[in-house]
Amino acid sequence: MIRFILGKILWLIPTLVGITIVAFGFVRVLPGDPVLLMAGERGLTPERHAELTHQLGFDRPIWEQYFDFLWKVLHGNLGDSLVTHKPVLNEFLALFPATVELGLCAMVLAVAIGVPVGVMAAIKRGSWFDQATMTTALVGYSMPIFWWGLLLIILFSGILKWTPVSGRISLMYYFPNGSGFMIWDALMSGQKGALTSALSHLILPSVVLATIPLAVIARQTRSAMLEVLGEDYVRTARAKGMPPRRVIGIHALRNAMIPVITTIGLQVGMLMAGAILTETIFSWPGIGKWMVDSISRRDYPSVQGGLLMIAAIVMVVNLIVDLLYGLINPRIRHR
Amino acid sequence: MSEVTETNIPAGTRREQLAEFWFYFKENRGAVVGLTVFILVVLAATFAPLLSSFSPDVQYRDVLLAPPMTDSAHGHFWLGTDAVGRDMLSRLLFGARYSLFVGVVVVLLALSVGVVLGLLAGWFGGWVDTVIMRVMDVILAFPSLLLALVFVAILGPGLINAMIAIAIVYQPHFARLTRGAVLSERNKDYVMAARVAGAGNMRLMFRTVLPNCLAPLIVQGTLSFSNAILDVAALGFLGLGAQPPTPEWGTMLSEAREFILRAWWVVTFPGLAILITVLAINLMGDGLRDALDPKLKRS
Repeated sequence: MIRFILGKILWLIPTLVGITIVAFGFVRVLPGDPVLLMAGERGLTPERHAELTHQLGFDRPIWEQYFDFLWKVLHGNLGDSLVTHKPVLNEFLALFPATVELGLCAMVLAVAIGVPVGVMAAIKRGSWFDQATMTTALVGYSMPIFWWGLLLIILFSGILKWTPVSGRISLMYYFPNGSGFMIWDALMSGQKGALTSALSHLILPSVVLATIPLAVIARQTRSAMLEVLGEDYVRTARAKGMPPRRVIGIHALRNAMIPVITTIGLQVGMLMAGAILTETIFSWPGIGKWMVDSISRRDYPSVQGGLLMIAAIVMVVNLIVDLLYGLINPRIRHR
Repeated sequence: MSEVTETNIPAGTRREQLAEFWFYFKENRGAVVGLTVFILVVLAATFAPLLSSFSPDVQYRDVLLAPPMTDSAHGHFWLGTDAVGRDMLSRLLFGARYSLFVGVVVVLLALSVGVVLGLLAGWFGGWVDTVIMRVMDVILAFPSLLLALVFVAILGPGLINAMIAIAIVYQPHFARLTRGAVLSERNKDYVMAARVAGAGNMRLMFRTVLPNCLAPLIVQGTLSFSNAILDVAALGFLGLGAQPPTPEWGTMLSEAREFILRAWWVVTFPGLAILITVLAINLMGDGLRDALDPKLKRS
């Protein structure tokens, strides 16, 4: 098992190096003077330009610049934002809980609905339930989520006035030393109505973000279940006279879950892409909106740092999923 | 020489194959519906100038945000007008051109680059394989929309750049699929026979092996087609894709955002157009998979 884990981690290293090269190279291939782009100052005198070039290391050979960048990254230094002049890493970490909270909520929603629906559709293959849910899943999978978000805002915020349009919590509440996880902070603060406010802000963005993963998980669960239900061991279990509930719950579902867990893991990258759109629509102060804003503000150190952090996080999550996969499926581990 | 390594299938067999394909494809009712809708979208895009009564760019300043079915001195606005008085229906019809164009170009770009890289990696193996597939892994490590956003930041906003960005992000999928298929085909007898007969690497890769790897690529191509439409619309929505006044559906939605609580039609119709087109293509994709995947056929 340890060999399996070490092997997986070693396999990551070249890709991680590749990611740092992309993040490093990104600023160098932007049109325009990289010194001006990274310094964010206007109307520079030639002396100041030379000073900045030296300060930012652009006068040194490219490989030296890269190793310098790598060294800084390994020490947690991602540079300073051009807009706020604060360290990029601090900005990232301050906004990250908002994205995690939204992503987790969406994932819970997607798994809690997607898996049972997929299982039921497989059991009742060909029934109206199967057809209706799978058609709905395909519609969900084809959904432009930025439009879906707008429609939900029109209905639930505009017409029914049930939910707020944007933000994470009503302005009445403020938690100065909070964890950044609004639900947790609201719960811990003990303030009346805080939790309700946080939840009502969270519900629409979560539904929007969960839409595509939910559709993918439901479809994947259905097909994995169908495959497993045709296996000999399921037939044997049935022939032994085992109650159908036990056959499906223990023999079939546990084996069908193996590919489904991989799918769930793969959705983390999708969630990050979805977060960019969802956070923009709902003005949710997370990483996705921050990246879009940084790109439009030409805050390149932030874009560079964010790119690196997001890719690294997606990779680590995929690694965890891989390891989990090995844990539940010995065939993979011992290959 | 060419007689020995000939991989062309006689016309009769090909017709039979096509008939078999159609037999399985039409079994899937959804796929047929998808195909029909898709053909309608293609027709709408092709004949947009004939079908629309207005130019997509002309602004009628006296009928701003007119609801659907509005009659005016200029004519009948079936789907209403937008915030600067342009006919929604005409803009949607012309928008179909952009979406289909985007889908075709992105898939062609991603497919051709991805297939060549995948063929090289799978065929030559060794360090060629390692280098190519590691680079693909790096591209796949980034969430696709995020990477596309960054490429657009490098290239500058615009429809063409958005398409290039998305094609770059999509091609690793084709490369991986091709490599996998090549690896499983490489050592089969017919390839060996062609090699013994003296076929060179280029011929073996492109004429002997590639045609036998096409099925998964076609299915992935359809998937990428619909995803490209969604992603370009998303970039347009974020203000980084097609720029106004281009009647691209995502860009139209982005322009309509501030009116969502006042004029539902400016938001509803462009999104519905995207959804219907993407759904039709995905339905077709499901049918193609059923018809092309021999594993499913047997069951």
